[in-house]
Amino acid sequence: MHIMWFTERQYHYDPETEPARSKLLESQILRNRSFFGLPNENFDAQQGSMLLNEYLDEKIYSEDLGFDGLMLNEHHGTPFCLGSVMDVEAAVLAKATKKAKIVLLGNPVPTVANALRLAEELAMIDLISKGRLVPGWVRGAGSEQLANNANPAYNREYFEEGVDFILKAWTKPGPFRYEGKHFHFRFVNPWVLPMQKPHPPIWIPGLISPDTVIWCAKKRFPYIALATKLEPTTEMWNLYTDAAAREGYQAGPENFGYLQPVFVSDNQQRAEELGKRFLYGGAFAHFARPEWMFPPGYNSKEATKRLARLPLAANLPGKPLHEGGGNETDEELEVLRNGVYARYEESKRDLQMIAGTPDYVIPRLRKVLEVLRPGIFSFWLDGPVGYKDRVKCLEMLGRDVIPAMREMGKELGLTDPFQRAPGSVKLAAGRQPERVAHPDGLASMPA
Amino acid sequence: MAQNNSVREETHKVGADQLIVLKGGSGKPLLVLHEELGYPGWMKWNAALSQRRTLLTPLYPGFGRSPLADWIMNIRDLASFIARFVREQNLAPIDVLGFSLGGWIAAEMAANDPSIFSKIVLVAPAGIRPPEGEIKDLFTVPALIYLRESVRDYASSPEFSALYDGGTSPEQYEAFEDARAETARLAWQPYMFNPSLPHLLEGTANNPALIVWGRNDQVVPISAAQVYQKSMKNAHTLVLDGCGHRPEVEKSEQFIKEVQNFLG
Repeated sequence: MHIMWFTERQYHYDPETEPARSKLLESQILRNRSFFGLPNENFDAQQGSMLLNEYLDEKIYSEDLGFDGLMLNEHHGTPFCLGSVMDVEAAVLAKATKKAKIVLLGNPVPTVANALRLAEELAMIDLISKGRLVPGWVRGAGSEQLANNANPAYNREYFEEGVDFILKAWTKPGPFRYEGKHFHFRFVNPWVLPMQKPHPPIWIPGLISPDTVIWCAKKRFPYIALATKLEPTTEMWNLYTDAAAREGYQAGPENFGYLQPVFVSDNQQRAEELGKRFLYGGAFAHFARPEWMFPPGYNSKEATKRLARLPLAANLPGKPLHEGGGNETDEELEVLRNGVYARYEESKRDLQMIAGTPDYVIPRLRKVLEVLRPGIFSFWLDGPVGYKDRVKCLEMLGRDVIPAMREMGKELGLTDPFQRAPGSVKLAAGRQPERVAHPDGLASMPA
Repeated sequence: MAQNNSVREETHKVGADQLIVLKGGSGKPLLVLHEELGYPGWMKWNAALSQRRTLLTPLYPGFGRSPLADWIMNIRDLASFIARFVREQNLAPIDVLGFSLGGWIAAEMAANDPSIFSKIVLVAPAGIRPPEGEIKDLFTVPALIYLRESVRDYASSPEFSALYDGGTSPEQYEAFEDARAETARLAWQPYMFNPSLPHLLEGTANNPALIVWGRNDQVVPISAAQVYQKSMKNAHTLVLDGCGHRPEVEKSEQFIKEVQNFLG
């Protein structure tokens, strides 16, 4: 099993040392009903510099703690994520680490105006890291299309053409000319090519988009579910497994990854107090307003049909989809804030956040591994938690949790993509594939 | 959506693609080019003008009814497509009435071939970069908010609630999203204008034209009217006070009277 860790690198203030600033920023996010679009007059460069350096230090240190992979992502125009150009961070890690994989989940291909430059950036990171890069691709959230002025109506076309082009730029001998539907390159001949041949392994993260799952299966790219609920995640695994069978191979744990929010401390109460901060500002529900999450043409027609029939927008409690927010009183904001944190109990019950001592956390992680059987697993630490507590959590994961997980991985046969190439197990035509996920395990959750 | 039983739906083939056209009224044909949110329904002005004219309203490909034509990737492509329909139906020269995005399409058609039109009515047309202010961004707000902001005061506009049947049903949400997606395909960047249009429009000097604008337009700033007026030598600009982006709804009586007088 390949074990990584991830954080969104949120812009925040420590609620324990700077409670007023922390609460003010959260109130602004709640009032805005969105992390995305919060006016950047609220950005303090000193704070941003400190946090970015802390996040990089943690990533570098975690290699010594026993993590196999350092996972990054990127978002634009939002205090939700300071990594607006993650290739910059990846380049730092490429030089400052020695053995961990640098896993980028993923580069938002449709929002990058020049796919050839992206191919070159990634090739440089692979060379500097001496072949440790795992690039991944995403369509980018709806708000990223606005932040980068990328036409959302062509998002999926940009994505598929951009990915194909990058792979071509890495593998087809140049110079050649490329004339696609959306991209045109007169002279494709990148001198700097990746070290890994024919190209670095590609992994794809997702939030339960059936189209993306099937596309991954066809391309034999591992699919990494980003902290999605367990039951629908098993359905996506089945969809992938069936699509893989149509391509003539048996999917296995090496085809799947899972991102799991976890917080560990040596005291159960303290761990839960810190883990609850994962819901800061409404977290995913307040990532962006509906009109920014779903810009025109970004969703499929089927998704739009479903959305049109939702009675209320997810991040506008009590208001229909088409209404805006912004006029709330302080009392209403407090109600909203309390409602956000009240979701913690549900997150805890559904294993959407596992916070506790190692003794509490390990059996719950085992349940996740038994149900999903992923070959790739990433811990997710987020929310406004100070540097010392985050580092302590990482150290405890490395010392107490990861060794137990490795044992479980062996016992459950959780092969990772470096142990067995995804798509390498042939399946005879017409033969039913074996299911990878075991959803039956959901019937009995740890008490 | 406001309906009229006399409005018929016709399906035409234009090359390999389908174009659905709403046909209502009687008399000399008048080409009606709808706005960026799609066909808003049969309003008072439709009823009034259709007494003496046959209104032909093409529902643009990709806006929900006529199937998407993948090759149409900008407004000039769409204008050429509509022009082909007009030519192949032997409708040219025809009078045209275009609203907002539809006004831009009419202007592109005129710029490409002035002889396709007799008289031109442009109602708060997009298509030209306003020298002052910015065209309101349809893509960063919900469709219903954009719709509300398209009039000076939606609460006091009597016909507003009839537009798009109120605009709040799930079906209408889907229709708005179709229209917004296709508008994004056609006019994402530069947003809602074509830098060459003011120059090419100078070829329309022989077309009598009426440019109608609400003084309080919050969608396409009224400063763009000056550029249209300068480019179209045979145009007259009518500015309506106390009116937003929808003179045909907000000031329907005056609008009907002025347009009828102009079209004759």
